[in-house]
Amino acid sequence: MTQTFNLGRAIRLTLLSLGALIFLAPYIFMISTAGKAQSEIFTSSLSLIPTQFFYLENFAKAFGRVSMGQLLWNGVVVCGLIFVFQVVIAIPCAYAMAKLKFGAARLLMALVMLGLLVPIHATSLPLYVAFDSAALLNSYTALVAPFSISVFAIFLFLQFFRAMPDDLIHAARLDGMSELGIVMRVIVPNAWPAITAFAIFSVVAHWNDLYWPLIVVSNQAYATPPLGLLFFRAAEAGDDYGALMAATLIITLPLVAAFLLAQKRFVEGITMTGLKG
Amino acid sequence: MSALSITNVTKSFGDNHILKGISLEAEAGEFIALVGPSGCGKSTLLRIVAGLEGADSGEIVAGGRDLTRLVAAERNVAMVFQSYALYPHLTAGQNIAVPLAMRNLTSLQRLPMIGSMLPGQKAIRKDILRQVTDMARSLKIDHLLDRKPGQMSGGQRQRVALARAMVRQPGLFLMDEPLSNLDANLRVHARGEIVDLHRRAGVPTLYVTHDQAEALSMADRVAVMMSGSLLQLAAPEVIYDDPAHIEVAKFVGQPRINTIASRVDADGAVTLGTWRLQPHERLVPGTDITVAIRSEFLSIADMGTPGLPAHIERLEFLGSEVIVYTKLDAIGESMVVKLAPSDARGLVAGKPVTIVPQGERLMVFGADGARLRADLTFTTLLERAHG
Amino acid sequence: MADMTAISIPAEVPRQKAPKPIVPRPIVNVSERHEARVAWMLAAPAMILIVLFIVAPVIAVITLGFTDFELGYSTFKFVGFENYAELFGDRTFRQSLWNTAIYTAIVAPASILLGLGVALLIESETVGRSFFRTAYFLPVASLLVAMATVWQYLLHPTIGPVNSMLAMVGLPGPNWLGSAGTVLYSLSMIGVWQTVGFNMILFLAGLTAIPRDLYSAAEIDGAKSPIDRFFLVTLPMLGPTTVFVTTISIINAVKVFETVKTLTEGGPNKASEVLLFTIYQEGFVYLRVGYASAMTVVFLAVLVVMMFAQYRLVDRKVHY
Ligand SMILES: Nc1ncnc2c1ncn2[C@@H]1O[C@H](COP(=O)(O)OP(=O)(O)O)[C@@H](O)[C@H]1O
Ligand SMILES: [Mg+2]
Repeated sequence: MTQTFNLGRAIRLTLLSLGALIFLAPYIFMISTAGKAQSEIFTSSLSLIPTQFFYLENFAKAFGRVSMGQLLWNGVVVCGLIFVFQVVIAIPCAYAMAKLKFGAARLLMALVMLGLLVPIHATSLPLYVAFDSAALLNSYTALVAPFSISVFAIFLFLQFFRAMPDDLIHAARLDGMSELGIVMRVIVPNAWPAITAFAIFSVVAHWNDLYWPLIVVSNQAYATPPLGLLFFRAAEAGDDYGALMAATLIITLPLVAAFLLAQKRFVEGITMTGLKG
Repeated sequence: MSALSITNVTKSFGDNHILKGISLEAEAGEFIALVGPSGCGKSTLLRIVAGLEGADSGEIVAGGRDLTRLVAAERNVAMVFQSYALYPHLTAGQNIAVPLAMRNLTSLQRLPMIGSMLPGQKAIRKDILRQVTDMARSLKIDHLLDRKPGQMSGGQRQRVALARAMVRQPGLFLMDEPLSNLDANLRVHARGEIVDLHRRAGVPTLYVTHDQAEALSMADRVAVMMSGSLLQLAAPEVIYDDPAHIEVAKFVGQPRINTIASRVDADGAVTLGTWRLQPHERLVPGTDITVAIRSEFLSIADMGTPGLPAHIERLEFLGSEVIVYTKLDAIGESMVVKLAPSDARGLVAGKPVTIVPQGERLMVFGADGARLRADLTFTTLLERAHG
Repeated sequence: MADMTAISIPAEVPRQKAPKPIVPRPIVNVSERHEARVAWMLAAPAMILIVLFIVAPVIAVITLGFTDFELGYSTFKFVGFENYAELFGDRTFRQSLWNTAIYTAIVAPASILLGLGVALLIESETVGRSFFRTAYFLPVASLLVAMATVWQYLLHPTIGPVNSMLAMVGLPGPNWLGSAGTVLYSLSMIGVWQTVGFNMILFLAGLTAIPRDLYSAAEIDGAKSPIDRFFLVTLPMLGPTTVFVTTISIINAVKVFETVKTLTEGGPNKASEVLLFTIYQEGFVYLRVGYASAMTVVFLAVLVVMMFAQYRLVDRKVHY
């Protein structure tokens, strides 16, 4: 091992560094271009540091054309509501399936496995028709409701609860807790790792989702970040990449910042929920 | 020339000096148990001997070959791991065959599918299969050869791991706590089996354990290690009866040896509570010492007999013996006495008694823990004042 | 639970013990019935929502696939397999299937191999581990629509940095996203860039789970070179992870939509039409719900086949 150490290691580090450079290049150019004036973008695309700092102007444009604050707020509301509904609905169900005996458990398991196969893309047509006829398009309801149930959450929590010792629940029952009490005071406090992991999975998935918002939202007031960016691009017909990159930067930042701050959790969460992408 | 000689091996991880110059020699066919508390560096030493880890300094010679700079594969050593480290995707038979295949087949021949089509490998494979079957038969695991590790019990896995280690007929056998994942019954049984196997193979063996009873019962010689140093390397009886260091005395034996801290008086005698002990040889006045005696060399007599006055605190009945926990009246130190059940009749907690040591079994250790050969004898017990 | 009931209702005990060799019916008693009722209550919201948002829509989409339903028209009629027949003759749909297949055939293997490669390199390196992990994972945590926009700029035929760089070494830069010949490959490249980090994380988790002792054993057993040890230990031990990463990568590649919608709208000249984009166009732009439903059924069938392939493979091959 020690003989090949230096050469092998040099090759390894070179490969990794080159790869990392390629992977980070879009971010570097995004930050650089967000600060360039239109004229500079057209003339010297390779110089990374803007000769004139145009950040303020570009950010002003980005904030001026589309209300970025509204977009981010919509993203937070939609992701937050989806996550809360998913957890509140999935945990009791997973608990019942993992620790209680009842006739429908098998049927439910079959439904969950079936549900794992079906992405939103497969159910969007009838759901759209239904929301359309209920006049619910362009609303938080339309954005949130179809995701209020996550079979993946049920599946994940089910695995987690099964590993929990039965004695914990027996003890709680002997202490006189109701089943709902057990869920809230015994199960949930012990399920934080699973809940955190799922939170990361859920927020990443729905913050990034374009398909469903594109279908049910045409009014900018309800646009989520990806959809808002699409609107912004449409409004920005020309090649004003400075403003575009500024908008991109603003919209990418929250999740990337969250990731950089809580990397370890993030990676754990993705690993744990990697079961489904 | 010894079969294995480890000379002055040191190892640090960062600022942690894990091995502080270990030297050790093993004769041909000798079984040496390396024993010590967890974290004292036993596994590290074993991994250095195996070539899995490099030593900072020192050298390792086995069978006349200097192994120090060889990689693990070239050292012809076998190792059994605490976790067994069986390849979970291979059957028992394939596991046992790995070292032979690695040695006898080229990397091309080892390729799945393509390898089995190359010329010349058929005879080798047949030979490997024969050796694996023979090995399995001698360990009585031939019925397990087609099972994967996940389908075997702990004891079965342990045997497969042994078979994989032995099949290559190594020049040196290393075992790192191979029994600690077995349940208690199986463990005692497996001790005997490993000793048997060792005797048949006649390969020098370094056996790591943290269990002193295991070390004493299995090994030709026991090496006691504490925080990176070898304190004593000797036959089990010597380790038990004649420990060279207070830590060795404390580590070996159940219940733990009784110790009483004391100091050498101006006249060279030792005061022990209300008692004065006269050593054979003069000790340096004023030095701190520890007097130690094993529990089976103490007996209990009625109050008033010459000896150490004490109160019984608790009795433990263990069938063939009784452990009596007492507290010395004068200095409040605990003393544990091991008695035959017949000698313990009539003893109850709270009863005042006298503890009578066998004087020639008293041992003295200096402040640095090293044994002082100035043993105290019973005949020199002098009564100073009646309490 | 069972023993508690035995205490509370002793009368039941002898009956339970009575020799009844065939079909021993479990005695349903008060506490079991209570447990079942509570379980139903806890599971009911989830069950209702699963039926409402998954089961019913799937049945509906299958049914709609046999109709000529169009949004805006109040009536529709069943047309049997007409939609499916039309699908077979539909040049756009065939092109779309083909493009999706090509895209998947590039993105899945590339992102799996690169993910594994990067994971192995990072695992065997001691310095800068967390930096490299972050760097490669960043695209996964970034808004894809936004990053697609950045790629659009990078790949811009005239002002884009990529072509500027090519020009510096005297190479003519292609119109990456603008020409039918390169658009699918450009999208694939973005797809690989976006998913390598995800696969890398899964492989890293798989690598960390390999017991160190196995490598020690392999070294002692005579696996001298890292390559020997890779084939003896690493690769087989990564088996389950690999099957899993493969399935996810394929399914995610089949679901490509965001980059196409953002960057090319299926163009130029349908060269980047992919399955979900075609379904989206038919269903939500042209509002031909019946026809788009038939496409959705095909899409769903592809996913089902993938999943079953994984179950079979996991069950049979890499199980230990
Ligand atoms: N690779 C390593 N890096 C840093 N410290 C180590 C490493 N391996 C072992 N150690 C430390 O060396 C000490 C001795 O370890 P080990 O030899 O495994 O002890 P033992 O086998 O006697 O229980 C422990 O404190 C352990 O934490
Ligand atoms: Mg150890």
